[in-house]
Amino acid sequence: MELLCPAGSMPALKAAIEHGADAVYIGLKDDTNARHFAGLNFDEARLKDAARYAHQHGKKLHVAINTFAHPDNYQRWQQAVDVAANAGADVLILADIAVLAYAAERYPKLERHLSVQASATNAAAINFYRQFDISRVVLPRVLSMQQVRALARSCDIDLEVFAFGSLCIMAEGRCYLSSYMTGQSPNTAGACSPAAFVNWQDNDGTLESRLNGILIDRFAPNETAGYPTLCKGRFTVGDDTYHALEEPTSLNTLDLLPQLYAEGISSLKIEGRQRSPAYVAQITKVWRAAIDAVKSAPDHFNVQPKWQQVLAGLAEGSQTTLGAYHRKWK
Amino acid sequence: MQFSLGPVLYFWPKAQILQFYREVADSDVDIVYLGETVCSKRRELKYADYFALGQMLREAGKQVCLSSMTLYEAPNELRELRKYVDNGEFLVEANDVGAISMLQEQCLPFVAGAAINCYNQHTLRRLISMGMTRWVMPVELSGQWLSDVLSQSLVTDIRDCFTTEVFSFGHLPLAWSGRCFTARSENRSKDQCELCCINYPQGREVKSQDGTQVFVLNGIQTQSGYRYNLINQLPAMQNLADIVRLSPQQTGTFDWLAKFKANLDGSAPQQLNATDSNGFWLQLAGMACG
Repeated sequence: MELLCPAGSMPALKAAIEHGADAVYIGLKDDTNARHFAGLNFDEARLKDAARYAHQHGKKLHVAINTFAHPDNYQRWQQAVDVAANAGADVLILADIAVLAYAAERYPKLERHLSVQASATNAAAINFYRQFDISRVVLPRVLSMQQVRALARSCDIDLEVFAFGSLCIMAEGRCYLSSYMTGQSPNTAGACSPAAFVNWQDNDGTLESRLNGILIDRFAPNETAGYPTLCKGRFTVGDDTYHALEEPTSLNTLDLLPQLYAEGISSLKIEGRQRSPAYVAQITKVWRAAIDAVKSAPDHFNVQPKWQQVLAGLAEGSQTTLGAYHRKWK
Repeated sequence: MQFSLGPVLYFWPKAQILQFYREVADSDVDIVYLGETVCSKRRELKYADYFALGQMLREAGKQVCLSSMTLYEAPNELRELRKYVDNGEFLVEANDVGAISMLQEQCLPFVAGAAINCYNQHTLRRLISMGMTRWVMPVELSGQWLSDVLSQSLVTDIRDCFTTEVFSFGHLPLAWSGRCFTARSENRSKDQCELCCINYPQGREVKSQDGTQVFVLNGIQTQSGYRYNLINQLPAMQNLADIVRLSPQQTGTFDWLAKFKANLDGSAPQQLNATDSNGFWLQLAGMACG
């Protein structure tokens, strides 16, 4: 079971590797990946440095090229594949059918993983993508543990699941909420609820967060204000004002680790390429210890309170959830 | 240009669905999509009922297409999908690549629905080689984007192999989740939902705290708060969209169909109301109205 950690910069990549990541995933400095944020990610030269550093330490580098190519500059997505391949990436994480096909034909020996943005939630969908000779599928965060188990037992392919981090509650790659409100979506622009559209206003102590002018939440002086990700706002349905879609909370699957291990899940992915090197270091350390513990004694695995403490401190709104893995969440 | 009625996205009682399709049979719509596309727990109509409706509508002169679900998570749902694929008579609209996989295995033609991620000419061409005969572009794309795809040489030389369809009227399906938001709005879990969607034949409105209609909850599907309405874009759509899709609403669907037909050449534009939008088509935020 691999620990796959995020990095938006060289310091974050080094932090991940120093603290026990088996592999690190990164993106290029443009809208070819789903974390296209200012000041984040790697240009061609840095990508080479990243690959070299990972390989020197015996670790793998995955490169996410997981937005959908635009018709008028399709070449950029092809070039992203070329750049990653030439820099020595071990794995490409891809979503667009055209990009998958290009990578499979041009670089058949370079491992291809199906990005969560390709939204493969069932055995038939996984079967569809096999024509591009993928070796692993990253599962969307909409599946229950029971459904993950069913896929693990019925599909002869490596599965990767999200273990910790920001929780997408919609089937990834098929969510147009962000472009509905701002014109930019993960699929087309590589960003959800982009920062350029965020506005904060203090009204006599009540803090209002808006996204492109739309009120996402209001915070009383004693409340912690979170980033206005549009699916995590408080809205009114009928007579009730509440988190109509989801609370600001992070996914945390530590409790499920023995089950994921027993099902032969190949890789645990930590979300958060936009996070700081310090965050990546702390998260990696906890998950390294947890995976080592489950591997050495799968039947006697106990979640250490100190692990949960660290993770809760790093979680959105200081809350964590099992998300869709746990049926009650649904 | 032809007109289609998309699948009914809401959970209506059986009698209401049958009444609606009796009216469809009498209408002058060209193409009808049938089937439950949102939630496998909605079983007012079963596969055999949709199949019978399809035969009735075909006899009324409609071209019928069976729409499959968007989010398949469980093996029993795939078994239901298999029935759609094996129906033997009607074209199938795939809204998940799992459906394409099954259709492709049997060398059957298919419609790629709006939830299939086809954003460029290379993917479009691949889908055509797999059997796609009609492309419903993702709802977030603009007229300009559609034009950019269709004008590529990779596409122009196979333009007669497929038709294009644009979602043009109704609340836009924007997201699908493992979680049921309608059940959540009634403080129920999905397992104990008691099929409460049936109480909301137009979905449940979600407003911001200062009163803007932001979303509509429709079970596991989240829709646009505003009604998408491209009636005044019809003249500009002429060379881009072969088929204009209207999504069935609880009331007024056929009135709007008549209004759309009347404005094909731009001679009968409509004043949009404050909760209509056309932003996606115009390359703006989806909820904007240009």
